[in-house]
Amino acid sequence: MSILINKDTKIITQGITGKTGQFHTEKCIEYANGKNCFVAGVNPKKAGEKIFDVPIYASVKEAKAQTGATVSVIYVPPAGAADAIWEACEADLDLAICITEGIPVRDMLVVRNKMKQKEAKGGKKTLLLGPNCPGLITPDEVKIGIMPGHIHRKGRIGVVSRSGTLTYEAVAQLTEIGLGQSSAVGIGGDPINGLKHIDIMQAFNDDPDTDAVIMIGEIGGPDEADAARWCKDNMKKPIVGFIAGVTAPAGKRMGHAGALISGGADTADAKLAIMEECGFKVTRNPSEMAKLLKAML
Amino acid sequence: MKIHEYQGKEILRKFGVATPRGIPCFSVDEAVKAAETLGGKVWVVKAQIHAGGRGKGGGVKLAKSLDEVRSHANAILGMQLKTHQTGPEGQKVRRLLIEDGADIKKEYYVAALTDRATQKVAMMASSEGGMDIEEVAHKTPEKIIKVFVDPLVGLTDAQAKELANGIGVPEASQAQAIDTFKKLYTCYMETDASLAEINPLILEGNGNIKALDAKFNFDSNALYRQPEIVAYRDLDEEDADEIEASKFDLAYISLDGNIGCLVNGAGLAMATMDTIKLFGAEPANFLDVGGGATTEKVTEAFKIMLKNTKVKGILVNIFGGIMKCDTIATGVVTAAKETHLSVPLVVRMKGTNEDLGKKILAESGLPIIAADTMAEAATKIVAAVK
Repeated sequence: MSILINKDTKIITQGITGKTGQFHTEKCIEYANGKNCFVAGVNPKKAGEKIFDVPIYASVKEAKAQTGATVSVIYVPPAGAADAIWEACEADLDLAICITEGIPVRDMLVVRNKMKQKEAKGGKKTLLLGPNCPGLITPDEVKIGIMPGHIHRKGRIGVVSRSGTLTYEAVAQLTEIGLGQSSAVGIGGDPINGLKHIDIMQAFNDDPDTDAVIMIGEIGGPDEADAARWCKDNMKKPIVGFIAGVTAPAGKRMGHAGALISGGADTADAKLAIMEECGFKVTRNPSEMAKLLKAML
Repeated sequence: MKIHEYQGKEILRKFGVATPRGIPCFSVDEAVKAAETLGGKVWVVKAQIHAGGRGKGGGVKLAKSLDEVRSHANAILGMQLKTHQTGPEGQKVRRLLIEDGADIKKEYYVAALTDRATQKVAMMASSEGGMDIEEVAHKTPEKIIKVFVDPLVGLTDAQAKELANGIGVPEASQAQAIDTFKKLYTCYMETDASLAEINPLILEGNGNIKALDAKFNFDSNALYRQPEIVAYRDLDEEDADEIEASKFDLAYISLDGNIGCLVNGAGLAMATMDTIKLFGAEPANFLDVGGGATTEKVTEAFKIMLKNTKVKGILVNIFGGIMKCDTIATGVVTAAKETHLSVPLVVRMKGTNEDLGKKILAESGLPIIAADTMAEAATKIVAAVK
């Protein structure tokens, strides 16, 4: 078991014919059961063609109808990425994973509210992971996104983070000391996104094959604090927590649009304090995340 | 991206929000001429820099004669204006705004910004205008009225009225206030702003509502479709090194410490800075080389870091995923040679082609200190600069 995806997941790639889409689709197909998981691509102008032996369809709806896929991964460039998310949602997929970085915030605001409106009217809920995220992986089963597959190892630890390379850091530390991962999830660094820390923590809590979790956060926004408070009352598994950005000055955007301190409770220190209060084992030394977790098992 | 007050007011007027009449100026003579052109008996001479808190720093003065306009303009233009947002060195004033004096009966606050928690646009207003809003939020949070706007619906009449009532706009001026709030919301959305703030929004003696200040920040992801906003960019107000870095698609921010760091990924870059601090030193910069670093990019990154004379050592921390460690190692060696690097350099590499990367560094003949973990790298660079 794992969260959100496994070896039987059928996936559509939106933006499969672009440079980024092609590059990463090939790597994902090569990883574990990828060949059987990546069943369709979408490009209205190239419908009927194939790429890496994957058939291309004109729309997500058609790709879903023809292949039974329930998940899509989006590499569409920023100007069209929000529309691509909406297309996945309108096709009633279970999950859309948006890798694209640099989507205008207004576009994300509009599409998120459209998704919520659809749900409120009784429509199917499509989960969104990202945008501006590395994607997610269930080691030895399937990798959807841009993370390096070879650093992962199958196991029972969950990892969730906003940042890509910081997720890889945690994963590599775990693998190095002999702890594998159930799933590793990058939720992305944008201010308006889909799944948040709290959603992933709930999923790890419910997953019988996850024993413990490393939760990594950053400065800016209320998400880590919300997740910590939920964990305090509900989480049955040990958690190691780290927040990046203790040294980040207020008012400066640190690469991610989301990583900006706006004052008050969204500093790294404030978040670390809340996480500690809520029963996390927190560390200020990101080199010891895996070691700390091992000591708690 | 930030803009000047006078530019913000130009945008507000375009969307129908009333502001005082004003003319931007670049010299003292222009300032006097602007006052003459505006006419009247009272003018405000306002320093135009991107930081807030200009009034307290002495950058905003009232003039009751053309002579006073001249003397104020003379004093403000060219000064190093220090405010709580500029840092101790201040910001040089290169532009002025000469404006009609206003008849202020009451000062309010209003702003639009994106709320991550509700994923809606928050419209905030307060009866305590003209003050630092963070202070108001801290001391008297009940005096801040908030409504959350669904972008599919827009700011409704009922919401706008709730704001106007909440901050105590007199009955006779409510229609104008409501109209102003709705126009501010439209302006916020259509310009892809991330912040649109009017502080103060004033009630004049005659009951009119006007924007006496304008502060905007724009979503950099959306600038590609906002050419009119991009045209407002003032490079004098931005850090020269940050501009240089952005040309090479590097995210760079200079900080106060003495250890330069070069990292891939924003999260890992912050974690690296934090580790340096944890082991007793301070980072000199934030530098994210991104996912597709080339030898050229790494060399530029070194040049930018080394421009900072405070830098006494460099820590490179790379997690090779898609980007291979050997590519980065080649880049680091080339950069160190090209910049005649004379400060200690610690390199920590993990991930794809890690061994190949380490071999390239070891065989380069350069005094590069290798490290296996972030903690080890930080310990070594901190020791090397002491």
